Amino acid sequence: MVLLIQYTLLFASVLLLVALGGCFSEHSGVINLGLEGIMVMGALGGALMMRYLPDGTPAALMVLLVILTSIIAGMLYSCLLAISAIHCNADQTIVGTAMNILGTAAATVIVKAINTAANPDDVSSTIQYVSAKKAFLVNIGSFEFNWFMLVAVIALVLSYITLYKTKFGLRLMACGEHPQAADSVGINVFKMRWAGVLISGLLGGLGGIVYITCGVSEWKFEYGVAGFGFLSLAVMIFGQWKPTKIALAALLFGFFRALSNVYFGFAFLKNLNIPSGIYNMLPYIISLVVLAFTSKKSRAPKAEGIPYDKSLR
Amino acid sequence: MENQYAIEMLNITKKFPGIIANDNITLQLRKGEIHALLGENGAGKSTLMSVLFGLYQPEEGEIHKDGRKVEIKDPNDANALGIGMVHQHFKLVECFSVLDNIILGVEPNNHGFLQKQDARKKVMELSEKYGLAVDPDALIEDITVGMQQRTEILKMLYRDNDILIFDEPTAVLTPQEIDELMQIIKNLAAEGKSILFISHKLNEIMAVADRCTVLRKGKYIGTVETANTTMEELSSMMVGRNVSFHVEKGPSNPGDVILSVEDLTVASKVHKNNAVKNASLKVRAGEIVCIAGIDGNGQTEFVHALTGLDPVVSGKIILSGRDITHAPIRQRSIMGMSHIPEDRHKHGLVLDYSLEDNLVLQRYFEPEFTDKAGFLRRNNIRSYAEKLIDQYDVRSGQGPVTIARSMSGGNQQKAIVAREIDKNPELLVAVQPTRGLDVGAIEYIHKQLVAQRDAGKAVLLVSLELDEVMDVPDRILVMYEGEIVGELDPKATTQEELGLYMAGAKRDEVKA
Repeated sequence: MVLLIQYTLLFASVLLLVALGGCFSEHSGVINLGLEGIMVMGALGGALMMRYLPDGTPAALMVLLVILTSIIAGMLYSCLLAISAIHCNADQTIVGTAMNILGTAAATVIVKAINTAANPDDVSSTIQYVSAKKAFLVNIGSFEFNWFMLVAVIALVLSYITLYKTKFGLRLMACGEHPQAADSVGINVFKMRWAGVLISGLLGGLGGIVYITCGVSEWKFEYGVAGFGFLSLAVMIFGQWKPTKIALAALLFGFFRALSNVYFGFAFLKNLNIPSGIYNMLPYIISLVVLAFTSKKSRAPKAEGIPYDKSLR
Repeated sequence: MENQYAIEMLNITKKFPGIIANDNITLQLRKGEIHALLGENGAGKSTLMSVLFGLYQPEEGEIHKDGRKVEIKDPNDANALGIGMVHQHFKLVECFSVLDNIILGVEPNNHGFLQKQDARKKVMELSEKYGLAVDPDALIEDITVGMQQRTEILKMLYRDNDILIFDEPTAVLTPQEIDELMQIIKNLAAEGKSILFISHKLNEIMAVADRCTVLRKGKYIGTVETANTTMEELSSMMVGRNVSFHVEKGPSNPGDVILSVEDLTVASKVHKNNAVKNASLKVRAGEIVCIAGIDGNGQTEFVHALTGLDPVVSGKIILSGRDITHAPIRQRSIMGMSHIPEDRHKHGLVLDYSLEDNLVLQRYFEPEFTDKAGFLRRNNIRSYAEKLIDQYDVRSGQGPVTIARSMSGGNQQKAIVAREIDKNPELLVAVQPTRGLDVGAIEYIHKQLVAQRDAGKAVLLVSLELDEVMDVPDRILVMYEGEIVGELDPKATTQEELGLYMAGAKRDEVKA
């Protein structure tokens, strides 16, 4: 039971962070389908940092540096989206898709190159961080607390305050709803959209490192992030682009994802004799069902996906 | 000595490729006056205002504020000089509250954190002072167009603007809201605000403005005191010839019944009740029947059911003797129904298609335009479009290949009229066909409707404009809360009587 809660919270943290990232980008008016790719890049940055930091690094420093590299990697990668979508008026759906393909592929190539350079016989795309990972964990009884859970909660609170209580949030959302209106009152739409995309890169990159460190102590980069970027988009839509609802949606989806990790710990579930594949599919199936029923009512930021054209009034 | 002008635009010239939008135009706005800017669509009013608002830079000429020369490079500069504008299409964020929209861009804040209390107080004070009733916490998407406009006005006042530009503010309002707005504008001027009022509606200008500057085809025609002029003089200044406000038409010769609607009931999309309740009417060949009424009394739903855009709940629609109650739109069209829709952008045109493609939208499948293999006969489409453009005087930048979105409203409407009339329909349904058009275009469209009548066609006109209702049709049917409550003879009735029916204060039993 404790294990189920622990994994639910971990996976929910990932979904929450990434969905909040998507939420910022979309509120500024840019659809970020590239979250999957951003997560991979963030994960790669963090994993490399863990691999190269010496064993004796203090836990706090380790946590800080890993988070920092993930964030920077995610933000740098999100610049691709910002430049093409904001300045070149590219189709955001296509850019996002391209970023996802590129993200996993580039990460695989980079890791393989590093591995082969260190040992010519090693052609795997795996990075190990067995000991480094321990820095993130604090055992409270049988519950394994992970600092990332706290980070996710902080991100949630900050996101809520930023969107609804600050000047920045009001302006950001105006750009995603009616950029012409924002422009007419002197708000720089391009700047706000850059901010939105960069924040989504920040949170997406962070979500990436959380995802590959929960449960496992090595990651094979060929897997990308197994659709978690898309699952986060589903969480964002189910959460109606609102931080608090996104948090609840993340818990729901996180629960189903956690179930597939720990269902064998529950006698009655084990006795049902359902193949593990079914449990693994659960979060994705749930997202399909949930979106099919709720997306009709969902209210996306009105101007999202439309490049801002100053001359259209 | 204090300068008497709040803003002066001196000898402004603004060129676009191939066109001089403003040719040496001078506009002087006195402090505390209401100054109208009059001109047809495409006369250069919007360009001139965009120059003043910093959206365009003029090639020649200068702008003076309180006698001093100023540079306006973008809307922020204009705002800093106290120039505010209510755009024709409101610049409001729909899912934000009224208050949030007002403070957007000038948010009172403490280290970036919003401080809405002071803003709310200031907005309430302004709202009280100028009689601008708004609910600061209501969302824009939930409030009426009139309140949205008051929000836009409060936006300017909140920024302490003292030069207020209204860009065709009455185009979207109901008659009552127009009266309220006129009063508000007068109050603002009385409080010392200087007001620029862009319009092509002469009666409004005569009612509210002190002076009026007239533009025609990018050129400055003159500035007159409204007290010393007449509507006739203004309109001839605007269009360059005398325009008749009265529709010239002979007596009608009604023939066979073309359209017969029996007990039509249509559901509402807004509320649970029916929008149209047991409405019956007949339109005969050779007559113009007008459905009059205040906006939102079921006219839109009635027309949607009639033209096949929405399903009916019950009742029957018979066109030339055939039941078309459930017929698809194309069949109605082929059977001789033409429709000039209320919303020309939504139902009239595919805005991103070329003009020629829009002109054959309902006929592209005919053998003239599509060959046996299913390919479009582009040459025929082009020559057909050229014929219509010529015949109906549709003006556009690049002729048949012009993208419809880039055309002016009047010419978009002319294109629709051309398409619908050239189909040679039995029944022409025209819904607010002159909305947003200038007097020249209105006169043209009214003439076309009468010409259709005289050619023996049935015409069903739906209008909100009282002048149009009194002038154009041969019979008036008044719709109130989804029911037809009166049938009037335009020659025998008055606007006052019509108003009583429209407001629901009077009703008769009407037999179709």
